[in-house]
Amino acid sequence: MGIVATIKQQLFRWRSDGTAPLRLGQRRIFIIPSRGGLLYALALVVMLIGAINYNLALGHALVFLLAGLGIVGMIHTFRNLHGLIITPGRSAPVFAGETAHFELTLENDSSSPRLALELAAEAGNSVIAAVNRKKSLKIKIPLSTEKRGWLKLPRVHLSTRYPLGLFTAWAYLQPEMRCLIYPQPIAASLPVASPSPVGGERHGDGGQNDFAGFRERQPADSPRHVAWKASARNAGEGPLLIKQFSGGAEVELILDWRLTNDALPDETRIGILTGWLLTADAAGTPFGLSLPGLQIAPASGDLHRQHCLKALALFQP
Amino acid sequence: MSTPAREALDRHTTPWLFATALATTAPHVIHQPLWLSALATTMLLWATWLWWKDERLPGRWLLILLVVAGCAGILIEFHTLFGRDAGVAMLVMFMTMKLLELKSRRDAMVVVTLGYFLLLTHYLYSQSIPTGLWLLAAMWLVTATLIRLHGGPDSPPRPTLRLAGVMCLQAIPFMLVLYLLFPRIAGPLWGLPSDAHAGTTGLSETMSPGSIAQLAQNADIAFRVRFDGPVPPKQKLYWRGPVMEQFDGTTWRPYEGRHPAAHLEMLSPPISYETTLEAHNQRWLLALDAPGELPAETFLNGTLAATRRQALTERQRFRFSANLDYRFNAIEDPSVLQRNLALPERTNPKTQVLAKQWRIDRTPEAIIRKALTLFTSEFSYTLQPPLLGRDGIDEFLFQTKRGFCEHYAAAFVVLMRAAGIPARVVSGYQGGEYNPLDGYLVIRQSDAHAWAEVWLEGKGWIRVDPTAAVSPARIETGIADALPFGEPLPAMVQWRAEWVRTLRYRWEAINNAWNQNVLGYNPQRQRELLARLGLPDTDWRSLAIALGSACSLLVAVLMLWALYQRPERDPVIRLWHKALRHLARRKVDYQPWETPLELTRRIREQHPELAESFQHVVDAYLVARYSTDNSLTALRDAIAQLR
Repeated sequence: MGIVATIKQQLFRWRSDGTAPLRLGQRRIFIIPSRGGLLYALALVVMLIGAINYNLALGHALVFLLAGLGIVGMIHTFRNLHGLIITPGRSAPVFAGETAHFELTLENDSSSPRLALELAAEAGNSVIAAVNRKKSLKIKIPLSTEKRGWLKLPRVHLSTRYPLGLFTAWAYLQPEMRCLIYPQPIAASLPVASPSPVGGERHGDGGQNDFAGFRERQPADSPRHVAWKASARNAGEGPLLIKQFSGGAEVELILDWRLTNDALPDETRIGILTGWLLTADAAGTPFGLSLPGLQIAPASGDLHRQHCLKALALFQP
Repeated sequence: MSTPAREALDRHTTPWLFATALATTAPHVIHQPLWLSALATTMLLWATWLWWKDERLPGRWLLILLVVAGCAGILIEFHTLFGRDAGVAMLVMFMTMKLLELKSRRDAMVVVTLGYFLLLTHYLYSQSIPTGLWLLAAMWLVTATLIRLHGGPDSPPRPTLRLAGVMCLQAIPFMLVLYLLFPRIAGPLWGLPSDAHAGTTGLSETMSPGSIAQLAQNADIAFRVRFDGPVPPKQKLYWRGPVMEQFDGTTWRPYEGRHPAAHLEMLSPPISYETTLEAHNQRWLLALDAPGELPAETFLNGTLAATRRQALTERQRFRFSANLDYRFNAIEDPSVLQRNLALPERTNPKTQVLAKQWRIDRTPEAIIRKALTLFTSEFSYTLQPPLLGRDGIDEFLFQTKRGFCEHYAAAFVVLMRAAGIPARVVSGYQGGEYNPLDGYLVIRQSDAHAWAEVWLEGKGWIRVDPTAAVSPARIETGIADALPFGEPLPAMVQWRAEWVRTLRYRWEAINNAWNQNVLGYNPQRQRELLARLGLPDTDWRSLAIALGSACSLLVAVLMLWALYQRPERDPVIRLWHKALRHLARRKVDYQPWETPLELTRRIREQHPELAESFQHVVDAYLVARYSTDNSLTALRDAIAQLR
């Protein structure tokens, strides 16, 4: 590791395990004049020359007052960041190509509000936040995604020009945060369901052929399987009901790696599997997942879906 | 709240920008041509209308057309685009037109910077205390606009204004340090435009009937004087300006050629004084008759008029000494005497005839007396004399007989010259008003005066003031007493009720202190100050060090304030600590690990006399701290019961 990199790490590292709050101290905050500040400085120079030329005593005073205002503005801009407490939060998984959002909590325990805080994890994609005095605020930093797998939150650029806009103060944040990126789905028609090798034993376990009555909804069940009409009859007092089916359960949908065309690149094959998975899930068909070295038994419901998507996101062919 | 970033201007920032434009351009209405003010107002109203109706701003081409038209107008009006008045006109025009182009934050930043710049231009016209205060308020507004611009919708008006005020106040120490220590350069850096000092009034280079009478209606201060000793009596206060030797029948002018050197013989001890002259755009200074020691770069010409190399374009201080009794050129150059006997031919025949009659077996002194008694007989002193024709002196002496000092001085000099006595007109100021509050003598334009000087064998040039013969009050107490009731005079000079006068004295003393100490701070005074601070050799390096260390100190103080503010404590806890302090005074010390309830238990055992009142405190504290009812009154009352 080069010296520069070492220094950078020393300066910008998040001095904790990535979950504890960080309070921005002096050493983390940098400040330079902004473009508006340069315009202001130029105006002051011209004004000073004018005041000297016309020998305006009060002109001198005004230029000096404005220069003082600039310095005061610099300190206030610095202060707008100094002491801000940042706590890493959660981030919900998204599909590749969508925008991931990393949640941070900004806490302001000072007696003045902190306005116009701009946070960006990548150029041109920032959020503006204002934290009132003695308040905290959850913000979500957007980050565009390309690849499936774990996406680490890169260095976050936290900057502000408030109150006068003459200076830009900034700090780098590097909380240990990652977001799971599901593979980008590729639309394709579902493969034919194969007969289950253990069909007899699993009889009536959750097939979808013949209606066999209702059962109470479990958290793992997808909302799509809820029998809304039947549930509505007890006017919302009873639990939600799920339609039970029996018979014909010998046929189960296994989304198998081997079913995809092995001439295609791996990533495309994963995309096709993801597309199938989403189609099956949307239709309410229970499905299993079979990847080299990983088998997930057929089931349905949100947790199952997330489980399978995570497996696909992290799958190394 | 958090929103996606954008650089566009939010709708509610715009009124702030309008206010900034209005506050920084409006005072220029006083000295701007009317059409420009009308144009600026139209732009402002148009921009406001578009904002109100939420309509599209005008297109680029229309704006370019407007700018070109405006520049053309300014070019036609001022014949230039630069210089003071044209430059200010351009800035005002750009400011109001920029309001029609407010799209992004960058446009708004331009408006704010222009606003700050426009503040400076007001000082080109006035540097008085009211102007200073007004501009401080305007600066506050512009700063608030800047804060609103960057704070966005999260920055409501009241906190924005408060923050702007706090920041301006915090900037003041920097201003003071920079004002005192920033190396001053004596301007100007290049030739000033011709209109730089337009509008200054004062005594003019020539004298024709009416020129001083006009000045007499002007209450502006011409100069201020502080004597090292007591103020001499009023009738001795003749402030000498240009001496006029040449007469063409109506107008008097100073002699343009070289004068032989003056020879002064002092007959009384010199008195020294310091005078602060307002800018009058002329080269002469007004020194008390007769000037002795002169300030640097000033010299006396053969007529005892003190002049400088450069015109006085700014208020400046000079040190003089004066001799009230003197003998001036007892032996005079014949060419000078010749010059001071000349009269234009074929003018004022009656006057010439009269003077020639006087000449017969009379001494010069007797002739002078004769002339003065003539004036005491039927003449009257007025600021509104009848208009005079070609033979003005004849008309004045034999018909109208009403006039102002310039008429008397001129008529007297013509009489003397016709009678063979060398004589000339001296213009200047006479008298002055003593302000007991700050000890300055104030001489106004209305104290402008003209008198005569005659040359007598063996005695030299002697001052004769014919006005004193007509109206002794003019010389002894001042112009307001000399004029009959109803003559137009500036209200300031005329109102003489005691309280008005005291008020005026106070105001003028404040203004004078302002002029002397604030506006009059120049490179020389800076050197004096630094010498007093122990920095005698003030090259740029020591100034830079002093300036740098003072500013760093201020920044450090401000940083400490900004970064180490003590967090506010919860009021409930603050009150609880107050209760604990009450206990400490009764020798009950509170252990940090004790809960309030445990403390109560211990107090009940060790200090039973305190137990009951402290119980109330604890109850109220627990309610205030942990229940939903967070009123503090009960806790405050309980603590009050502790004592």
